[in-house]
Amino acid sequence: MFESLQKSLNSAIRTLRGRGKLTEANMRDGLGLVEQALLEADVSLPVVKDFVTRVADQAVGGKVLKSLDPGQQLIGIVYQELQRLMGPVDHSLHLRADGPSVLMLCGLQGSGKTTTCGKLGRLLHERGRKPMLVAADLQRPAAIHQLQVLGEQLGLPVFADLDAQDPVALCQAAVREAKSGVADVVVLDTAGRLHVDDELMQQLGRIDRRVQPEQVYLVVDAMTGQDAVLSAKAFNEALELDGVIMTKLDGDARGGAALSVKHVTGVPVKFVGTGEHLDALEEFHPDRMASRILGMGDVVSLVEQAQRKFDQDEMAAQEERLRKGEFTLDDFKKLLGQTSKLGPMNKVMSMIPGMGQLSDMMGDVDAEKDMKRLRGIVDSMTPDERRNPSRIIDPSRRRRIAEGAGVQPHEVNELVKQFDGIADIMKKMSSMGMRDRMKAMQEMTQGGMLGPGGRIAKQKKGTGKRLTPQERAKQKKLRDREARQRKREKKQQKRQR
Amino acid sequence: MGLFDQLKQGLRKTTQLLNTDIRDLFKAEGRLVDDAVLEELFESLVKTDMGVQAARQIVDDVGAQFRARVVSMDELIGVIRAKLKELLAQPADPIRFAASGPTVIMVAGVNGCGKTTSIAKLTKMFRDRGLRVVLGAADTFRAAAVEQLGIWASRLDAQLVKGQPGSDPASVAHRTVAKALDDGFDVAIVDTAGRLQTQQGLMQQLAKIHRVLGKQVDGAPHEVLLVLDATTGQNGISQAKHFTDAVQCTGIVLAKLDGTAKGGVVVAIRQQVGLPVKYVGVGEQADDLALFEPDSFVDALFA
Ligand SMILES: Nc1nc2c(ncn2[C@@H]2O[C@H](COP(=O)(O)OP(=O)(O)OP(=O)(O)O)[C@@H](O)[C@H]2O)c(=O)[nH]1
Ligand SMILES: Nc1nc2c(ncn2[C@@H]2O[C@H](COP(=O)(O)OP(=O)(O)O)[C@@H](O)[C@H]2O)c(=O)[nH]1
Ligand SMILES: [Mg+2]
Ligand SMILES: [Mg+2]
Repeated sequence: MFESLQKSLNSAIRTLRGRGKLTEANMRDGLGLVEQALLEADVSLPVVKDFVTRVADQAVGGKVLKSLDPGQQLIGIVYQELQRLMGPVDHSLHLRADGPSVLMLCGLQGSGKTTTCGKLGRLLHERGRKPMLVAADLQRPAAIHQLQVLGEQLGLPVFADLDAQDPVALCQAAVREAKSGVADVVVLDTAGRLHVDDELMQQLGRIDRRVQPEQVYLVVDAMTGQDAVLSAKAFNEALELDGVIMTKLDGDARGGAALSVKHVTGVPVKFVGTGEHLDALEEFHPDRMASRILGMGDVVSLVEQAQRKFDQDEMAAQEERLRKGEFTLDDFKKLLGQTSKLGPMNKVMSMIPGMGQLSDMMGDVDAEKDMKRLRGIVDSMTPDERRNPSRIIDPSRRRRIAEGAGVQPHEVNELVKQFDGIADIMKKMSSMGMRDRMKAMQEMTQGGMLGPGGRIAKQKKGTGKRLTPQERAKQKKLRDREARQRKREKKQQKRQR
Repeated sequence: MGLFDQLKQGLRKTTQLLNTDIRDLFKAEGRLVDDAVLEELFESLVKTDMGVQAARQIVDDVGAQFRARVVSMDELIGVIRAKLKELLAQPADPIRFAASGPTVIMVAGVNGCGKTTSIAKLTKMFRDRGLRVVLGAADTFRAAAVEQLGIWASRLDAQLVKGQPGSDPASVAHRTVAKALDDGFDVAIVDTAGRLQTQQGLMQQLAKIHRVLGKQVDGAPHEVLLVLDATTGQNGISQAKHFTDAVQCTGIVLAKLDGTAKGGVVVAIRQQVGLPVKYVGVGEQADDLALFEPDSFVDALFA
């Protein structure tokens, strides 16, 4: 579902292409999909509503960048806004310089408080602190023993009293003990409780008032659903939280609750738990979390990079040539040059309009090294050779080029073949609309046109059937329409300047 | 307080929420059912965690029937209730006992969802019927997991079988059932360590426990219960799918329904995985278990 968010966004707002501007009307379907994706990632509904409104406000009036699909662009905005709302980061534990600092963990039953208590103890110890863990869960059977086992594993002191009845008194006693010099940080492991349990929530408030912890953290399970807003709000009201720790992110939960909880409490997510072992605690990064919620891996950040780095005009010019079917080795080289600025080739291919499928086909070839080599070969060619490689380059020219680029002659041959393959695709696609481009891509993948190394080889046969006169006429109509549209756009751009 | 009352009390908050939401839609006698009404309805359903798909389906049904008509709240809720009942329809589904010999029950689920506590609750239920129960502490991983189950065993007068920390959970499970066979226990319940459904090694370990039990007693395990935390959102679907793939779950215990979480994801699970809910957990004590009855569940939601 989420991998296809980008694709469905693209198709939902395909009509947008070429219209120049994002408006509320032409984005409606796209925003609906964003809303659905967020709900399926367990972001709470009121938060989703608010979020979508913000995104719409931001996106409306924005120009559609030529280098991106409108869908990609919208995802870019969604991604940036998600990141912004889950930030800014603050990984500091705000420990005091004088006297012992107290960290307090609270949360629902089974959210991961005790384990996180151990993880924080380990982290503090690593940073040269003297932590003490406090077993203040007097509710759950064997909870004290659980923390004692963790303390033993870590070689850290655990403050516990098997006969204790009152967690408030126990926490106070623990802090007193720390003050005598045994520890400089105290981590309180409190019992899990429901936010609707007034009595137990008041008890938390009492601990908070009596021991005045430096930091109070809410421990939240990454699998939490819509209820996250209600529980987080209640804990924040009872305690004034300073931060959130989200656990169990080692699974496949989208973790939309991170956004919900940040939204209702306003406090930063500090750490994430990524496993049951005590070293599985990481600092929180809004960008990673945003990608996770959208379920789109690196794609979103690539959109961002593309918006920054791509030379807009150059891209537009290239697309123009591409559409006309004029594609030379020089263009090929430029494309390689631009893409190498961005990173792995196969990922970058997905940035080029309609080329997402191609990147899938390429798999994970070591494309970067390959690209350097390819550029070197093109550099050793004369302008004539670049314009018309397959016709001009004979064995003697091939040897010369190979020597110049420091490669074997057969590699020159391979490049020319690869180029022919791509040029062929480009020419075919130049006459297609977006949907047909995608379809052609799919057909090529299925036809096994790509060699095992992911190299593109020139196709021997056509992609299937020949075009009928009607189809050709239809394509010409499409081409003409696109040409008219481009003219209109140019005019508009001029007017704007 | 009877179980049903407890359940009702647990669901009270949910009911209030759903009812206020929907009542707000119908200030006076009725309202014209249009896009806005349907969207509000969709939202109140999504808030139960039933998921976009299930909520959309219900709203579409209501839309098809009532769009452009002025209807009363009772009518509308009647339709939703019927639809939910249809989705969750199942005969009351308590533990199925072995025809002869010990009934073997395996309990699985993600970390912290409520497995061990649910086992305590089931044990209480069996003990109240005079059945003899042996518990297998096959969570050999989590700190003090054995001690936790041990405390429940002694509180409820059940037998405990345990192994060394870090030892093979399948061997603990095996010894538990062997004990049940040797000493004529009526029920053997095997606790397992929490694990995320994406951890393949751990899921294989779970499958191994399942295989071992099957070899010991014909038809065992007679029940494989997946414990699901009621606060879980859409990940519950993935949990139900993967655990069922690994160990052929026979039903769900929906724990922690005493909060404000609605556990609506079981609706989506029922649709997509077909797994029925058998029991619901409504508190931290051994008494806090109720049989899941879909009709009462839905009625309690809208009562
Ligand atoms: N309020 C409430 N709390 C529950 C319920 N069931 C379990 N809990 C609590 O949830 C926490 C975790 O329960 P456990 O039974 O230890 O969960 P588990 O699945 O065995 O956990 P691991 O073995 O650590 O994976 C404990 O604090 C329980 O008291 C319930 O129905 N309602
Ligand atoms: N996979 C995974 N499990 C976790 C994580 N944090 C805690 N757990 C597990 O979740 C369960 C409940 O954790 P616990 O610390 O006892 O929760 P508490 O009831 O809030 O104190 C235990 O089985 C832990 O091992 C995490 O980040 N990832
Ligand atoms: Mg604990
Ligand atoms: Mg357990």
